Amino acid sequence: MSQISIKAVKKVFQKTEVIHGVDVEIEAGEFVVILGPSGCGKSTLLRMIAGLEDISGGEIAIGGKVVNQLEPRERGCAMVFQNYALYPHMTVRQNIGYALKVARVPKAEREARVLKVAQAVSLEPYLDRRPAELSGGQRQRVAMARAMVREPKVFLFDEPFSNLDAKLRVAMRAEVRNLHRSLGVTSVFVTHDQTEAMTLADRLIVMNSGYVEQVGRPSEVYHHPASLFVADFIGSPAMNLVRGFFGEDGYFRHGKGGMLNLPDLAKAHLSREVSIGIRPELVRRVDASHKDAIAAVVDYTEELGASRLVYARVDGSPIIAVDDGNNALGTGMPVHFAMSESDIHVFDHTTGRRADHAGRPVRATDSVSA
Amino acid sequence: MERRAVYRNKVLPWMLLGPQLILVLVFFYWPTSQALYWAFTLEQPWGGGNLWAGLDNFLYIFRDNRYWGTVLRSAFYAMCTTGLSMLVALTLASFVDRALKGTKIFQSVFIWPYAIAAPAAGVAFRFIFSPEAGLVGGINEIWPGIWDPSTNGIQALGMVIICHAWLGIGYNFVFFLAALQMIPRSISEAGAMDGARPLQRMFDLQLPLIAPTAFFLLIMNIISSFTDSFGLIDTMTEGGPVGQTEVMVYKIYVDGFKGLDYSGAAAQSIVLMLLVIGLTFIQFKWVERRVHYN
Repeated sequence: MSQISIKAVKKVFQKTEVIHGVDVEIEAGEFVVILGPSGCGKSTLLRMIAGLEDISGGEIAIGGKVVNQLEPRERGCAMVFQNYALYPHMTVRQNIGYALKVARVPKAEREARVLKVAQAVSLEPYLDRRPAELSGGQRQRVAMARAMVREPKVFLFDEPFSNLDAKLRVAMRAEVRNLHRSLGVTSVFVTHDQTEAMTLADRLIVMNSGYVEQVGRPSEVYHHPASLFVADFIGSPAMNLVRGFFGEDGYFRHGKGGMLNLPDLAKAHLSREVSIGIRPELVRRVDASHKDAIAAVVDYTEELGASRLVYARVDGSPIIAVDDGNNALGTGMPVHFAMSESDIHVFDHTTGRRADHAGRPVRATDSVSA
Repeated sequence: MERRAVYRNKVLPWMLLGPQLILVLVFFYWPTSQALYWAFTLEQPWGGGNLWAGLDNFLYIFRDNRYWGTVLRSAFYAMCTTGLSMLVALTLASFVDRALKGTKIFQSVFIWPYAIAAPAAGVAFRFIFSPEAGLVGGINEIWPGIWDPSTNGIQALGMVIICHAWLGIGYNFVFFLAALQMIPRSISEAGAMDGARPLQRMFDLQLPLIAPTAFFLLIMNIISSFTDSFGLIDTMTEGGPVGQTEVMVYKIYVDGFKGLDYSGAAAQSIVLMLLVIGLTFIQFKWVERRVHYN
């Protein structure tokens, strides 16, 4: 049985529908990350699970019990807020212990539990300080300790690391991952940072303007994006995408007269308006003599140390490739690329969904095995 | 480096300051100096200028039991009006802050009473509390004679207190609402996630965070109860029945302008002034101590 069950959930803010019917099942003990650009409704969805926003339509169940009408305190969730939301007038000890105090836990037990979680997040030396006397990372820990102390059924994280600097963010990421491993509590984590999402998630929910675009393991979402949006949003540098159509002669035509020989794909997606995409790391540099060589002209390159990004043009359409950076490449120089037909994704241009290699559309929740 | 604008013209700055200086001098320092003069002197019975009296005027009022009666009454009056007004304002402000239905309308409606002059409100409340015709007077039809502020001193004082508190609600409401809205919403939400109900969140989270504002209002309300009560008492009870609604500021008026004891009244007004200055001083000293949210 799933721990959190979200069925056809909608959110309407003053007649504007911002979430258009989301269906997701979250298993017990799972770490799920909701990823999407700002304004996609991911925080709203999280806040509906928490009980901080009304559910305008559909149903949310936690542990098999429908919670639509329940107050936050009756749902068994704990939440870590984006700006930490620590109580400024209370010490760290009081901040962490507040939930227990509200629940009328006896003082001795309260002290013991506060101390235990404080140790777990290495906050012990700071128990008598106030939030204003703590660094960003320490405040973040207090927020997490406050959530942990209640031993909730579900952890909710609302972009908790967005106020931290890059280095601290990586450290906190590892800490959250370890905590989840040791506590095994079902967690829902909202972020717009794809690296954070990819590294933390057991499963990803990618959202865009109130719709779920794809649900899947991070590698699935990366290697088999279910829609044009996911393909473009996930991955840095972004996936190479070009719009065009397949002809009966087995060629894909794009831009102003560009042609690619893709006979297998052409058979499946004949004369449909599509975008095709391929990850930059799957675009190989080859010699001009290679039988499938595609001629391109270099725009510029970006040195990454271990590898190099080559920004080039094929018949006027831009393409990014990753190479080892061994030989110098200057603007205007000719290069040659090759790619395997099986690495190329095809997206229906009218629906934005990916079409599989038999030409059928892929749904948001389809698990990809191919 | 310190940057400041320097006037080359020696006259212009004085002309710019002039209107404000004249106002302060004419309406504050001049009357104050007159009060000081009267407080330390005594007019001779048959004219011929004032005699230096030293602290005699003060000793005279401090030995007067009736004066201490008004001091106690003023303290009671201050406590009741301040407490009542702030409590009601805080309740209203927290309802509005929770964004219940009609919030926008009530936000303005609650502020209006502050715009009403005290004597005007006093007259209006005289009708409301009138034993013969008013809203409250209705209970006299059930229990004849139970409500009559013109003979019952406690009822009269209660009536003035309610009216004074009502007048202050708007002012307190605006400050409380602003303070409540300064508190990040997520703090209250965190409290909700921690399991606290709205009322408990109010006491544990919101009240401590608006304490600086509450303190500011406390002082302002006490000062107002000392000074602004005159207009109300004069229109509603004129200090009666038998002096039972006579507070410090009203006794000054009665002794000075009805009893023509300028020196006694002046000494009393100096005492009241010192009291208000003291409160203002506390206010300035403490108002800097604010809770920081981050």
